[in-house]
Amino acid sequence: MPDQLTQRVLNAIAATQRISPETVTVDKSFKELGIDSMDGINILFALENEFDITIPDELAKQIRSIQEMVDGIRKLVLEASAAKAQGQ
Amino acid sequence: MRRVAITGIGAISALGRNITEFWCALEHGRSGIGPLETVDRTKLRFQNGAEVRGYDPTEYFDEKQADFMDRFAQFGVIAAREAIKDSGLDWKDVDKESATILTGSCVGGQCSEDLGFVELYKNDRGRVHPLTIARTMANAGASHISMEFGITGPAYTISTACSSSNHAIGQAFWAIRSGVTELAITGGSEAVFSMGFLKAWEAMRVISPDTCRPFSKDRTGMVLGEGAAMMVLEPLDKALARGARIHAEIVGFGMSADAGHITQPSAEGAARAMRAALRDGKISPEQVGYINAHGTATQVNDPMETAAIRAVFGEHANRLAVSSTKSMHGHALGAAGALEAAATIMAIRNGILPPTAGYRQPDADCDLDVIPNESRKKEVEFATSNSFAFGGLNAVLAFRKL
Repeated sequence: MPDQLTQRVLNAIAATQRISPETVTVDKSFKELGIDSMDGINILFALENEFDITIPDELAKQIRSIQEMVDGIRKLVLEASAAKAQGQ
Repeated sequence: MRRVAITGIGAISALGRNITEFWCALEHGRSGIGPLETVDRTKLRFQNGAEVRGYDPTEYFDEKQADFMDRFAQFGVIAAREAIKDSGLDWKDVDKESATILTGSCVGGQCSEDLGFVELYKNDRGRVHPLTIARTMANAGASHISMEFGITGPAYTISTACSSSNHAIGQAFWAIRSGVTELAITGGSEAVFSMGFLKAWEAMRVISPDTCRPFSKDRTGMVLGEGAAMMVLEPLDKALARGARIHAEIVGFGMSADAGHITQPSAEGAARAMRAALRDGKISPEQVGYINAHGTATQVNDPMETAAIRAVFGEHANRLAVSSTKSMHGHALGAAGALEAAATIMAIRNGILPPTAGYRQPDADCDLDVIPNESRKKEVEFATSNSFAFGGLNAVLAFRKL
């Protein structure tokens, strides 16, 4: 079973692509899921909203797989919560 | 069919307030891209644009007149004034009923619309300015030009995103060539710098965080620009008869639709438009000496355009000079084709090809002679200018030195 963060990423991808959540797993390639570059940008937007984070263009350009997407989001979410904790 | 002469040009852009300043910057490879001044750039992921710096409408319009016009329409009128003056036409003798105005604009007066939305949604006021509609409509540029110059013939605006101006100029060219009209004011104008619109571009992740480096391996995307260019077109025989100074001849126009993807361009579609322009102008590929490229500096456009140029020009692509002047005046969307037509015309007229500024690293996928950073003295007889729009709508113009 994917952890909660992974599942939220997969759900965001499924919702953006208008496909069933069961079809989206971390081992699928973008191509298998019919994700082209504009779809990818739509997914990044959905993820920014889902996690209330900003995904820098430089980071976005490096993402080649769903696993990298999950890893990148996890890193940004951790950074955001660390920054928030420091601010408090 | 009649031949068509360009007898007047005007331009306002980040490179200056008139065509002389515009050409001077291009000739010297000087970019007009810099930190944005007209919007709060701290709220944006990118910081730079090609703005008409220090622009004050009251230098050009009385206050009442300026109130009725969005920045994009003002730019259109300013460029049209210069083009008409430059044509040397005695305006009182011009048959205004047989004259045509054809402008391009992608987003019209969206800065005015944006202001209205700020009032409505942010400031929570229950009303927007009553001139919002009149300022926002994309045909406002054409309408204000018609009013200022008393032109009562056909006047309309074409909106095909980044190809708008090329479609407009091409239609104006055909209208004169076929005898439908005796004089055309044509080009395009755009004012892109509103927060709402910039945020929409930011979301597309195609804007460079620094500058526009077309065809360079380390390119990081496009940089938006604003402004206008307008030109006066006349039948060549009439222009010669009145002893007009002729900048160049416009000889070909080609269009195509990719019928593919709403944002991903297709090399086949781009190549079809280039071939159509050559066919329309009865030009063989080997006769073309310079291409003003669409050259947006996005990851996708530049290799696609390179492939399309190679497909059309074959072996001759190795001897062709190709540059993207967007590296200097930015990507002015619906005005891009007009600014680039102006650049192309000045290039063939002066025998100097403007460079691709900001170029640093060769890219095997963009292996053309892109005139890196410094202009080049070279006489060319034929030159073309490419525009490829989101939505897959392509328009290419061909010019000839006279």
